[in-house]
Amino acid sequence: MKRLRAAVLAVVALGLMAQAKPVLVPDVSARRVEIRYSFTGAQLLLFGAILYPRGVVPEKTPDIAVVLRGPVQPILIREKEKIAGIWMNADSSRFRSAPAFYAVASSKPIADLLDERTAAIYEVGLQNLQLSPGTGALPEKARRFEAGLIDLRKRGGVYYENPRGVEISEGVLYRARISIPSQVPVGTYTAETFLIQDGRVTSVATRDIEIGKSGFERWVSLVARRHEFLYGLAAVFMSLFLGWAAAMVFRRRF
Amino acid sequence: MDIYLPIAGQSVNALLIIALGGLVGILSGMFGVGGGFLTTPLLIFYGIPPTVAVASATTQITGASVSGAMSHLRRGGADLQMGAIVVVGGLMGSLVGAAIFRALQASGQIDVVIGSLYVLLLGYIGILMLKDALIALGTIKVKAPEVRPRHNRWVASLPLRWRFYKSGLYISPLAPFALGFGAGILTMLLGIGGGFILVPAMIYLLGMPARVVIGTSLAIILVISAGTTMVHALTTRAVDIVLAGLLLVGGVVGAQYGALLATKMKPDLLRFALAIVILIVAGRMALGLAWRPDEIFTVEYL
Repeated sequence: MKRLRAAVLAVVALGLMAQAKPVLVPDVSARRVEIRYSFTGAQLLLFGAILYPRGVVPEKTPDIAVVLRGPVQPILIREKEKIAGIWMNADSSRFRSAPAFYAVASSKPIADLLDERTAAIYEVGLQNLQLSPGTGALPEKARRFEAGLIDLRKRGGVYYENPRGVEISEGVLYRARISIPSQVPVGTYTAETFLIQDGRVTSVATRDIEIGKSGFERWVSLVARRHEFLYGLAAVFMSLFLGWAAAMVFRRRF
Repeated sequence: MDIYLPIAGQSVNALLIIALGGLVGILSGMFGVGGGFLTTPLLIFYGIPPTVAVASATTQITGASVSGAMSHLRRGGADLQMGAIVVVGGLMGSLVGAAIFRALQASGQIDVVIGSLYVLLLGYIGILMLKDALIALGTIKVKAPEVRPRHNRWVASLPLRWRFYKSGLYISPLAPFALGFGAGILTMLLGIGGGFILVPAMIYLLGMPARVVIGTSLAIILVISAGTTMVHALTTRAVDIVLAGLLLVGGVVGAQYGALLATKMKPDLLRFALAIVILIVAGRMALGLAWRPDEIFTVEYL
């Protein structure tokens, strides 16, 4: 009897799930990235499973896009122009929320997955970042500066798109590798995973990743911020001592 | 060997930074310049944020000038009385310079002003030194060897004269004070130790004998750069102690070899070499102003 009841329950449960959409169960290889003296960047593995209603994998495998985004910063971008034979800063534009890091990996190019409007709503793809340009800026000007910023950061390795960066195996498991260069700022990063079926986002899941300094590095930046005077003195004395030590060592030698 | 810099917030190749420090250290020991005019642009070129580069290079200059100044002091080649007056002027000048710096930064034209000042100053000093060195080496013949006054006519006309025994001069202390003041402003604006301004100015304007010029200038740079490091630590908080340490390890050793080389080389050849270095840097900066820069856009954090 007990076995029968369990079977009935299982069928009922599956029936309930049938009305639901597929669910994403995401995870990341590290919830916290520690920056130490030898930190040269990190490789994150973002992986997970797609749970389908009734456990049936559809014939047409859905697609996955994974977005890793760093803390947002307000910035001012200046543009150089040649004036009287000299390149100098002429125009400038403010953006209130530029992410310090933005990487998107997907199983197909974003343009093939989502229409422009949907991609813009979910901020998937570099062209769809909401940088919030300062008030009063002309749209063309804001676009020009946006393109400049994205190009600059793309070459710096902190903004990138990998249109074939997500692997989906058996239609159920997915994984994406995203590398973070060493010059990213510390803070809370969010990894968003989008399940995309027929041009629609059917499921979204988010995980936070902390990137922080630890050990000596953390201590140095804390002292530099909280005890500026002692830190300055320490820097001066370090240089005086090293200079003096070298002079002493070399006096014996020559 | 990669090392993460806690304040700059990125990792760098430690050996490359040490080598850079060593190269600048040799120059610093040889010519009595702090070497900031080489360190700062090279660090920025490497990808270090400009404020961190300027602040940490200042710290490195202190260390490089200690070992240089000590070895010159030991040989008796410094006029500390003259140095003290220049330092007082320099510290006042740096306060004025800081105010100018902030105003230029707000308008976004700081890069162009720095670049133009570098080109004008280095070009002028470089040509002046090159001409002098060539005359001394006998490459150029001067038709009528005119009798040059010991020091500049304006300097000689200043009131209130003091005796500077070490330099063998009898001039007004207002002249070195004004020199320090001007050097202080430029130090703050250009993120340099000021040595390449002080050395020629002491030779050509004050008429100090070459044997005390380098030691004196190093002693001045030592005090001014230590003061500027403190100002940076308190205001910009951009001094990266790890970056400065790496630069110093190379710098202090390089400075010792530089000082040794200076005693073995003919002073006129030394002056010729410095003139060439200065002109190369000036030429590079001039190209940087006129050529299309690699980056049209720059990001400033608010």
